Amino acid sequence: MSQADETQTETVSEDGVIESVSGPVVTATDLDARMNDVVYVGDEGLMGEVIEIEGNLTTIQVYEETSGVGPGEPVENTGEPLSVDLGPGMLDSIYDGVQRPLDVLEDKMGTAFLDRGVDAPGIDLEKQWEFEPEVEEGDEVEPGDVVGTVPETVTIDHKVMVPPDYEGGEVTAIESGEFTVEETVVELSSGEEIQMHQEWPVRQARPAENKETPTEPLVTGQRVQDGLFPLAKGGTAAIPGPFGSGKTVTQQQLAKWSDADIVVYIGCGERGNEMTEVIEDFPELPDPQTGNPLMARTCLIANTSNMPVAARESCIYTGITIAEYYRDMGYDVALMADSTSRWAEAMREISSRLEEMPGEEGYPAYLAARLSEFYERAGRFELINGDEGTISVVGAVSPPGGDFSEPVTQNTLRIVKTFWALDADLAERRHFPSINWNESYSLYKDQLDPWWTSEIASDWAEVRQWAVDVLDEEDELQEIVQLVGKDALPEDQQLTLEVARYLREAWLQQNALHDVDTYCEPEKTYRMLTAIKTFNDEAFDALEAGVPVEEIQDVDAAPRLNRMGTSEDWEAFIDEIEADLEEQLRALY
Amino acid sequence: MKEYQTITEISGPLVFAEVDEPVGYDEIVEIETPQGDTLRGQVLESSDGLVSIQVFEGTGGIDRNASVRFLGETMKMPVTEDLLGRVLDGSGNPIDDGPEIVPDERRDIVGEAINPFSREYPEEFIQTGVSAIDGMNTLVRGQKLPIFSGSGLPHNELALQIARQATVPEEEEGDEGDGSEFAVIFGAMGITQEEANEFMDDFERTGALERSVVFMNLADDPAVERQVTPRLALTTAEYLAFEKDYHVLVILTDMTNYCEALREIGAAREEVPGRRGYPGYMYTDLAQLYERAGRIEGKEGSVTQIPILTMPGDDDTHPIPDLTGYITEGQIMMDRDLNSQGVEPPINVLPSLSRLMDDGIGEGLTREDHGDVSDQMYAAYAEGEDLRDLVNIVGREALSERDNKFLDFADRFEEEFVQQGYDTNRSIDETLEIGWDLLSMLPEEELNRIDEELIDEHYREEEVEAVQAD
Ligand SMILES: Nc1ncnc2c1ncn2[C@@H]1O[C@H](COP(=O)(O)OP(=O)(O)OP(=O)(O)O)[C@@H](O)[C@H]1O
Ligand SMILES: [Mg+2]
Repeated sequence: MSQADETQTETVSEDGVIESVSGPVVTATDLDARMNDVVYVGDEGLMGEVIEIEGNLTTIQVYEETSGVGPGEPVENTGEPLSVDLGPGMLDSIYDGVQRPLDVLEDKMGTAFLDRGVDAPGIDLEKQWEFEPEVEEGDEVEPGDVVGTVPETVTIDHKVMVPPDYEGGEVTAIESGEFTVEETVVELSSGEEIQMHQEWPVRQARPAENKETPTEPLVTGQRVQDGLFPLAKGGTAAIPGPFGSGKTVTQQQLAKWSDADIVVYIGCGERGNEMTEVIEDFPELPDPQTGNPLMARTCLIANTSNMPVAARESCIYTGITIAEYYRDMGYDVALMADSTSRWAEAMREISSRLEEMPGEEGYPAYLAARLSEFYERAGRFELINGDEGTISVVGAVSPPGGDFSEPVTQNTLRIVKTFWALDADLAERRHFPSINWNESYSLYKDQLDPWWTSEIASDWAEVRQWAVDVLDEEDELQEIVQLVGKDALPEDQQLTLEVARYLREAWLQQNALHDVDTYCEPEKTYRMLTAIKTFNDEAFDALEAGVPVEEIQDVDAAPRLNRMGTSEDWEAFIDEIEADLEEQLRALY
Repeated sequence: MKEYQTITEISGPLVFAEVDEPVGYDEIVEIETPQGDTLRGQVLESSDGLVSIQVFEGTGGIDRNASVRFLGETMKMPVTEDLLGRVLDGSGNPIDDGPEIVPDERRDIVGEAINPFSREYPEEFIQTGVSAIDGMNTLVRGQKLPIFSGSGLPHNELALQIARQATVPEEEEGDEGDGSEFAVIFGAMGITQEEANEFMDDFERTGALERSVVFMNLADDPAVERQVTPRLALTTAEYLAFEKDYHVLVILTDMTNYCEALREIGAAREEVPGRRGYPGYMYTDLAQLYERAGRIEGKEGSVTQIPILTMPGDDDTHPIPDLTGYITEGQIMMDRDLNSQGVEPPINVLPSLSRLMDDGIGEGLTREDHGDVSDQMYAAYAEGEDLRDLVNIVGREALSERDNKFLDFADRFEEEFVQQGYDTNRSIDETLEIGWDLLSMLPEEELNRIDEELIDEHYREEEVEAVQAD
């Protein structure tokens, strides 16, 4: 969070006095403030935000621990709403829920533990960046227009834009070279000055011209997701599941392998070690598109479960605002929030301290509204400068007791269009990703088919439908098997079960921990599926020719289907299996 | 320090008093009863003129004439290395007739959060000597791995076995090591005297007490004190780990009693209750305990937590295990059926999980084949378990040869791999070799989770024939 020094002193209004303290909620009297203003609370100057004003009494949620803070201590208003500082340097960074860089905090606090009352700007105000102009003196520019670029990381060129709330006009002066983010690089005839950074209030969506229907998939490199339940660039998805079912691993897989330009990863109320894992791994891992370190396209926001609750409420907004800023540059941004349930619980906790009227299961009545406001900030947008940018949002949901009928899951499902339902039973048997193929769905399927058909294979839709049908049939047959055993089924049904087993074990299962299997390009996803279909077709031909099903199951090429995922030279490997399957099965009759 | 005789209300564990000077949130309070007893408490809410106080020892004996003193600071734990070998009550007062404890430092018991940027990802394998853990749900230094149990199950035996046997293999071999020592912090909340004795006897018998600090809040001690006990234990653990370089194992038992106390206070404050009457902030509250585990960049020591909880009604969707599972890095699940079959320890590996396993095992850490073996055993045992239901209906004869092998695998997995007794200490090699013995009952081509080269190296051809022969 940034409070540039001058703005602070300029706009400080009258101080108030603390009246009561209850956990993260503090009330103050005589404070002259507007809703959502940032204030500094108590002698230590803890950061907080105004969340309710009633007569002379102002209620504040405090983003730091309030132990020891008492009535009578002062409250100082900055006069600025809770904002993020947007500019180069956000990538390759790790922030807390109010955009304080955690590495800077470690430095300033001099300890590994998070102390209180220490502020730090969201972007380095001293660092010099190379500004390269894209407009010339005399050019007309409007809000959203790009006036120059900054090489932010090896992967990403940061675009410096005319802020959306500017008037715009003719460029009267323009610089080129090394500057700090606070120095003016472009001047306009309107008298407006442009720096390399902008501030933006987090609770307000950045403007765009229009929302359009997404038509391209966010390729995730995960077979079950790309193959059966695809997400669109600009789409929304939810991953609900009980503890230990794989929400975090799934989100991290998307952060690693999806073909977005920018990834914003929010650890909201989850484990410290999970963030550490990302911090340690991402600089080492290559971005599948550029080969550069993954961190060069990633911004991390970590407000772990033991960090203050109020900042857990705000971290989602901090994240989505940063995502919108990169969208405004025309990038495809993917945002992961793990977990939105913790965010909802933070709302519930604050709401109950405010003694608001509780809704379902104690959540505030505005839960549904907040969730949809958040997911509404995703989409494929026509930008105010006429270009296009997308934000895809993937939210994990952690339902109590794994029961999807609870309010956060239900309200989320009403909004999102892709539903990846994680299943404890699959996770227990180590079938990963434990995405239940009977319960999950994607409403983007049809609009993305043209992409698959033209980019990957013309019969994509039919082959996928074949797989879905086999899995459906298996589901029905399993009910019978549970009663009479497999051997009591007719031979063709036994064979269907065998094919379905390969679909599950060789295709749907994908080991995130395996060097090769962790990422599966769409071509391979398609090719693996057609190999299983080859087995299916050849096997049914053999069965029709009178070969007993046991003999068909016993051909040695078949189990090799299970090794397709982990095979690096997969094209040759799969060609060979197919040839062997054909040969061995035809030899039986 | 000002003294008040202004108590306006006493309700359950809470006392409300009027004040004319500001009092800080979370501040420590002393209440002196007319009988001369001093009780301690903590400020739960502070507004102009009125504070609510949660009294640790219970409000018995307090009346309107009791006097209230605010100490002007939040609760502290006096820490020193000399605590090792000592037994303290649930509020941190020595109860072992030992010498007076001269603190090195007094630390706030509400620990500050570790900056995620400053953490080091835990990946050092701890060998517990228990196959179901080492082989299938590996524990690493700095992990928080609870035992989910039920009343009457032998979770204490398992916890003690882990405390006795835990080693880090390379250090054993006299490798450079890091010179850090091992310490155990034991935090008891609301357990019976009998259970407490079980722990104390074992600590004394094995000499472990010397490197332990024991905090005892027993079943007949005040419930509200249970709010403080784990925080004292963890504050001591952090001090020993991050100031004095110890590898600290913290055993907290029983977290269920802790949560009950939390519910009681919530009810007394007339808060809107969450699921099944537990406070809505229980997730955050538990996280503030469980997240006090880990490793820190540049520090030698570590804090590893094994909290124990008994699941009411053996139900893992109950809020206590549910919220715990959402915070901890996996869980070890005790199973009533396995226990009645006499399996020791009765760990059901299927619902158990260690999330930090993947980075703590493999070549150079445990063994190259570890991950694949474990994966394959999970899949095979799950399949065998499924078939058991079917066998009850259709009988073994109706099953294929393949299915029968999986059934046999599941049986032997429980009898030979999980079963080992509380005194057997298996090395990771022994554990994995038993794994291969069992996996070799299955046809080679069924081992689709294991790398082919590893199968060539470890798969026992003779086993197959032996099985086929009968
Ligand atoms: N795709 C995968 N491949 C391999 N292992 C996986 C995969 N997904 C999950 N796992 C395993 O499952 C474990 C639990 O997954 P994860 O931590 O993502 O669960 P979660 O749903 O986020 O749980 P919680 O709600 O408690 O955070 C992981 O530690 C890993 O061992
Ligand atoms: Mg998770």
